[in-house]
Amino acid sequence: MTKRVHVETRINGREVDFLCEPGQSLLEVLRDQLHLTGAKEGCNNGNCGACTVILDGRIVDSCLVLAPEVEGREVTTIEGLAGPEHLHPLQQQFLEHAALQCGICTPGLIMAAKGLLDQNPAPTEEEIRLWLAGNLCRCTGYDKIIRAVQAAAQQMEARV
Amino acid sequence: MGQAKQYLRPSSIDEAVRALAAANGGGRALAGGTDIIVDVREGRRQVDLLVDLKAIPELTAIDVDGAGGARIGAATPCYRIAEDTRLRRAYPGLVDAASLIGGVQIQSRASLGGNICTSSPAADSAPILIALGATCVIAGPTGERRLPVEQFFTGPRQNVLQDGEIVVAIELPPPVPRSGSAYLRFIPRNEMDIAVVGAGVWIRLDGETIAEARVGLGAVAPTPLLVVEAGRALAGKPATRETFEAAAEAARAAAKPISDMRGSDRQRIHLAGVITRRAIETAVQRARESQS
Repeated sequence: MTKRVHVETRINGREVDFLCEPGQSLLEVLRDQLHLTGAKEGCNNGNCGACTVILDGRIVDSCLVLAPEVEGREVTTIEGLAGPEHLHPLQQQFLEHAALQCGICTPGLIMAAKGLLDQNPAPTEEEIRLWLAGNLCRCTGYDKIIRAVQAAAQQMEARV
Repeated sequence: MGQAKQYLRPSSIDEAVRALAAANGGGRALAGGTDIIVDVREGRRQVDLLVDLKAIPELTAIDVDGAGGARIGAATPCYRIAEDTRLRRAYPGLVDAASLIGGVQIQSRASLGGNICTSSPAADSAPILIALGATCVIAGPTGERRLPVEQFFTGPRQNVLQDGEIVVAIELPPPVPRSGSAYLRFIPRNEMDIAVVGAGVWIRLDGETIAEARVGLGAVAPTPLLVVEAGRALAGKPATRETFEAAAEAARAAAKPISDMRGSDRQRIHLAGVITRRAIETAVQRARESQS
């Protein structure tokens, strides 16, 4: 018999606690227990990046984090990005640039791009492409995604 | 779909070793989890207990002491190694490897300890750790032992660790003046792939003569290799293309690869020469540019 683990953490700025199996992934808990279904399950082995979330300021694949590991830490998911009135500039620019088709990779790409812009507000195209290498999109061919990230960076620069 | 039945997060090495020893072979250490979590989930490994090492302070510490070398906690994520300017100066080849293990998400988590404990023949950190003369520090029920990294691997995905033992740190010898190192691998795309061949090189110059050299090779044998003959082909010779070619020939001779979906044995033998020569060129250039 496995003993369930009680975990207290912060998700999208709110105190959250949950019970999980010791070997359950953060992705499974986010989606199945906390009903935060923005992070997607793609490959479930760390290749596709569809489940990307921000953990203490660093992007991670939530399928490769055990849920008990987030005890006392800070998790941000795609659900934590938009304000009450407005989309986050990355979300807005992904829409403007039609940087998605089926949409499965989109939350992961936006979270990965946020991780980049948080530490490098004006990345070059090469920096963006290299940073997003851990996120696979099988629809768009990436160009529109790169343009959307560049536009979001400009929009965010203009605001400050 | 498998799952570990118990998760522990000890705060000391002693506690971790005791828990693993008590698990009778059913326990495994968890560092970044980028290999072990997938192995357990996909049923390749039966694990009852995962012991998370990241709450043990020394397992994620980087100590760089000019005189005494460096000690990198085994569970330290790759991005911290890649971003460490002291390590970049003293061991640039290690930073080459830490910068290209996985994408950004993986670098947030993956560690040197995890990379060597998974013991893939293609582990990117192994050839350069071997070339740099790195030692793994192993803690276990009977105390601590140290082993050169090239003696750690015993076969594909196999190593010397006994029940209850964990790799707690990697130690690097102090940097010496006019030395340089480099890691280079061949992959079919630009990033996020597994090495078809990888080469790590460390050299020390005396004027324009190579005084000492060590060469490590990955993905060309059941384990990462220290290629003594390649080091011998460089030592005492002028730093010229002819010398580098002789070392590349020694690397080709040492390569005993398999053919698989990533490359044929013939391609890997050819690449072992090319990648070794290019890594030597970079290491020599870095030695020329090194300050001290």
